[in-house]
Amino acid sequence: MKEGKWLQILRRVGRFLRRKPLGAAGGIIVFLLVFTAVFADFLATKDPTRTHPAQTLTPPNRTFWLGTDNLGRDVYSRIVYGSQLSLLVGLGSTLLGSVIGGIVGLLSGYLGGKVDLISQRILDIMQGLPLLVLALVMSAALGPSVWNVILAISVPLVPRAARIIRASTLTIREMAYVEAARALGSKEGRIAFHHILPNTLGPFIVLTTAQLGSAILVEASLSFLGMGVPEPYPSWGRMLSVSAAEYAQKAPWLVVFPGLAISLAVFGFNLLGDALRDLLDPKLRRQ
Amino acid sequence: MRVYLLQRLLIGFITLLGMSIVIFVLLRLAPGNIVDIIFASAGYVDPEDKKALIHELGFDKPLIAQYGSWIVHLFQGDLGKSYHYDVPAWEIIKPRIPVTVELGVLSILVAIALGVPSGIISAVRQDTWLDYTFRIFSLAGLSMPAFWLGMLVILLLVRNLGWVPSLLYISPFENFKDHLLQFLFPALAVGYRSSALIMRITRSALLEVLREDYVRTARAKGQRETLVIFRHALKNAILPVITVIGIEFAFLIGGLVVTETVFNLPGVARFLVEAILSRDYPIVQNLVMFIAVIVVLSNLIVDFLYAWLDPRIRYAG
Repeated sequence: MKEGKWLQILRRVGRFLRRKPLGAAGGIIVFLLVFTAVFADFLATKDPTRTHPAQTLTPPNRTFWLGTDNLGRDVYSRIVYGSQLSLLVGLGSTLLGSVIGGIVGLLSGYLGGKVDLISQRILDIMQGLPLLVLALVMSAALGPSVWNVILAISVPLVPRAARIIRASTLTIREMAYVEAARALGSKEGRIAFHHILPNTLGPFIVLTTAQLGSAILVEASLSFLGMGVPEPYPSWGRMLSVSAAEYAQKAPWLVVFPGLAISLAVFGFNLLGDALRDLLDPKLRRQ
Repeated sequence: MRVYLLQRLLIGFITLLGMSIVIFVLLRLAPGNIVDIIFASAGYVDPEDKKALIHELGFDKPLIAQYGSWIVHLFQGDLGKSYHYDVPAWEIIKPRIPVTVELGVLSILVAIALGVPSGIISAVRQDTWLDYTFRIFSLAGLSMPAFWLGMLVILLLVRNLGWVPSLLYISPFENFKDHLLQFLFPALAVGYRSSALIMRITRSALLEVLREDYVRTARAKGQRETLVIFRHALKNAILPVITVIGIEFAFLIGGLVVTETVFNLPGVARFLVEAILSRDYPIVQNLVMFIAVIVVLSNLIVDFLYAWLDPRIRYAG
C-alpha cells in the first residue's frame, strides 16, 4: 500500500518533468537555493562578516572564489549566507501575506454581502499602489529589522492572496458537498475552515510559489536602497548598494555575482510557479 | 457611454480617497514620534522650536483633523514644505516631474515594442523552441532586479565604449542627442522588465482566442493564417493586453524608484527615496499620494480605452 503511494508520487513527478521541462528546471534551482541556505555553514569557505584589510577588492582567485569587496570580505561566502536571508524574508513575508490574505479572502467569499463588498474595496485600494512603493513606505515607517522587512513586504501581498482564495471560495461554496455539510447541521465556521479551506490549497500553493520570487526581489530592492535588513546580515541586495556601484569599474565581480544570485533565485521560483499555474489552468493546456 | 465614464470617474475618485487614508495611516504606524525624528534630522535644537514644529505640523490636533487639513491643503495644491531642505515641497518636486514622466513613457513604449510581438509569436508557435526562447527571455526579465540590469548596462557601456553616464541631468533643449542617450538605457532596463508581463498576457490571451470557434471558421473557409491572427484573433485578444499595459505603467513607477537612483536621474521617484532616507515625512506622504494619482489616472485611461474599443461596454452603460 505504502509503496504504491510512493510509486504514484514518483510517477507524477516524472510526468511533471516530461511535460514541464522549464518548471522542472525551476524546481532544481529552488532546491539548490534551499540546499545552499540549509548547508551554508559547510558550503561557505570564510566567515561572511570577517574583513581582510590586506586583501580588499581582490579579483576572484583560489582563496576568494568570487573575489572580495572593499572591506576585504569574501563575496562567495557572503552570497552563500545571503541565501538564508533571501529565503527567510521571502518565505516569511509570502506566508504571512498569504495567510492573512487567505483568511480575508475565505471570509469575504464565504460570508458575501457587505463584508465582501467592503473588504474588496479596501483590497482594491491596497493593490493599486506599486508593491515596492508600499513596502518602501512601510519599512521606512517601521524601521530597519528583519521582522519589519518581512512585515513590510507581506502587507502588499495580502490583496493578491485574498483575491485568489475568494475566487475559489465562491465556486466551492456552491458545491453539493458543502450543501450536504450544511444540511447535516455543521456550523458556519466549521464549513468555511474545514470543508472549503482545504480545497483552496491548490491555487494557494501556486500563488505562494509565484509570490516568493517577487518577495525576494522586493527585499533586494529595499536593501539596495538602504532600507532593508541591517548589517551584519549579508543581504544580496545590500551587497549591490553604494559600495558596489562605487567600485564597479575596478571590481565588476561585486556587481555581477550578487545580482546573478538574486536573478537566479527569482527565476527559479518564477519558472516553478509558472509551470504549476499552467497545470492548474486547463484553458492554457494545448488541445 | 456617458454613464459608464462618470461611474469610472467616481470610482477613481473614491479609490484615491481610500488610498489617501491608507497612506496616512501607514505613515503613522511609525514607532516613535515623527516630530522627534524631523526635529533631530532637520537639525533643530531649541525646545521652543519643537513646540512650534508640533503646531506647524498639526500634531497637537486629533488625527481626523490632521487628515482633514492634509486633504484640504492637497486640494489647494499646497504640498507642504520639506523640512530637510526648508523650502516648499512643490519647488523641489515640480522640475522632477517631466524627468519621471518621460522615463515612464519611454519605458512603457520599450515594453510594448518588446512584449506584444514576442507574445504573438510565442502564442502562434506554441511549444516550439521559439516559444520557449521568448518565454525564457521574458521570465528572465521578470527575475532580474531593475537596478542590477541598470548597473550591468552602465558597467558594459563604460568598459566597452568608454561612455560615462552623465552625473547631471541634460536638458533636451541643450543637447538633444545626449539627452536621449541619457534616457535610452534606463528606459531599456525598465522596459525590458515590464515587457515580461505584457508578453505573457499577450501570449495567453491570444492562445485562448485562437481556440474559439470563429477562428476555426475563419481557417476553415481558407483564410490566410496571417489574416486569421491579425484581423480575427488579435482584435479580441488585445483587450486584456491593454489592461496589463495600464497596470504595468502604474507599477513601472516602482521600478523607477531604483532605476532613477542607479542612473542618477533627478526624477520624482528618486526623490521619494531621498525623502524617506532623510525622514522628510510630510514630503513622503505627498509623493506617495502623487504616485497614487498616477496609478488611478492610468487605470482611468485604460477604462476609457476599453469603452472605446469594446462596443459591449460602450452600450451597456
